[in-house]
Amino acid sequence: MIRIPCPHCSARNSAEFRHVGESATRPDPSTVTPEQWRAYLYERSNPAGWTTETWFHTVGCRRYITVERHTVTNEIRAARPAGRDGRGGREPAEVLSTRADSGSPDAGGQA
Amino acid sequence: MNESLLSTVGRRARALRSMRRGPARYSAFDLVRRGALHQDWPRSFTQHDLKTSYDAVVIGAGVHGLATAYYLAANHGMTNVAVLDKAYIGAGGSGRNTAIVRSNYLTPEGVRFYDRSVKLYENLAVDLNFNVMFSQRGHLTLAHNDSSLRTMRWRAEVNKLQGIDSEVIGPEHISRLVPYLDVSPEARYPVLGALYHPPGGTIRHDAVNWGYARAAEHLGVHIHQYTEVTAVHIESDRVTGVSTNRGDISAPVVVNCTAGWASTVCDLAGVRLPLITHPLQAAVTEPVKVFLKAVVVSGSLHVYVSQTDRGELVFGASVDPYPSYSMRGSLEFTEELAGHVLELMPSIAKLRVLRQWAGLCDMTPDYSPIMGVTPVDGFLVDVGWGTYGYKAGPVAGEAMAELVATGKTPEIISAFDLARFAEGRLVGEKGAAAVGH
Repeated sequence: MIRIPCPHCSARNSAEFRHVGESATRPDPSTVTPEQWRAYLYERSNPAGWTTETWFHTVGCRRYITVERHTVTNEIRAARPAGRDGRGGREPAEVLSTRADSGSPDAGGQA
Repeated sequence: MNESLLSTVGRRARALRSMRRGPARYSAFDLVRRGALHQDWPRSFTQHDLKTSYDAVVIGAGVHGLATAYYLAANHGMTNVAVLDKAYIGAGGSGRNTAIVRSNYLTPEGVRFYDRSVKLYENLAVDLNFNVMFSQRGHLTLAHNDSSLRTMRWRAEVNKLQGIDSEVIGPEHISRLVPYLDVSPEARYPVLGALYHPPGGTIRHDAVNWGYARAAEHLGVHIHQYTEVTAVHIESDRVTGVSTNRGDISAPVVVNCTAGWASTVCDLAGVRLPLITHPLQAAVTEPVKVFLKAVVVSGSLHVYVSQTDRGELVFGASVDPYPSYSMRGSLEFTEELAGHVLELMPSIAKLRVLRQWAGLCDMTPDYSPIMGVTPVDGFLVDVGWGTYGYKAGPVAGEAMAELVATGKTPEIISAFDLARFAEGRLVGEKGAAAVGH
């Protein structure tokens, strides 16, 4: 179990959250090539170390937050409201960084 | 200095003797003979010095890396091969999985591929002269709702077209195969049917790792444990070798078989992958008298159960809900697992959990592996093994060895190339690979 220091609700069990994905910047749809778009859709840094990622506080404030977490130790050094406005506003780029076709790998009831 | 010289000479002499004699055959006769004469068994593999050059370097001494090295030597005569691992043989997913083997997948590409693996596993004990304890005890994937049942029928038809023994059976047949399973209509998740796959079963995963390592070693492959790759050398988009904590190696081909850590190794070569590493936890109970023959999987309940020859029940589940390289177990996992298992088999409520552990799964977006060439010439990948890597070990090794030796991607893995993500032709296997192992 890890506890995530939600900037709106204080430290909570990670079970209250949904992991959205690595923070990524969406390329401009009007100029992007299909290859660049698919790289944005699928490729991940997946580091064994510090990473910046988006979580959604499903059963708390229901807001997106940006978390800096060490993927080997699960230590969290920073958590802040996500979004350009810095108040937890929904940032399209980060929302869309989830995998497009399968969503969470925690498989639903269709195996 | 004299000592080290002597030990080097001694090691060379022993190596020469063992090469002349060939590998010690394991047989019932030899067991009796050595028992009667109180003879020790010879060591299965030796620690070699790191050479400065190999024809091929395989990173990762799990089942995929060792099988690749073995088939390179056995099928293609390439014996100047090194297998490097930052830990010991089978330290990663190869020693942590729940050892289930099956081929009842959903896509034709997947079914054909995993079927070849089952065929290789069937003859592996003879090929390697090592008892891998492959037990084809039957594999059942339960359906608790109409949509699951529909997927099972779909899979059964795809399987049958490929000549694989696979059919949908009803609750009565299921209860005959799996005693103590709650198949009553009153169950919270009633069992409507199951995909029954008789050739599926379990295997002793450590024996497979050791068997491949021993056989590869006897053919001349060097297995270097505790040898971590720290850099991949590339000159004008071509791989030229690797640096390790024990020295540099030059090699024209480098194969990344590191599963959960695949992204970290590809990062050294500047190759970006569509992988996310999630821990997957498993648990085992205290041993009880054998009552469960088949492997039972429930996708809806996120659980799979089998009983080992020692009588322990082995449970696995879906991957942890967030990516991590941490292999610590969690109480949430055990609680949820126990709840789900008891939905299926209420009568085992008094069984105690002996231990739990976790392994790392490099999940791909389409639940199919990534095998073959990369933008860096000579740097090959055999990654993206998610939760289904062990059952594919032999076929992956065979195909990757063919690719290394001939330079051509074998047809059986051509659908699983890295370029499919950029070209938009994913091989969607989630319906058969997400939980059902």
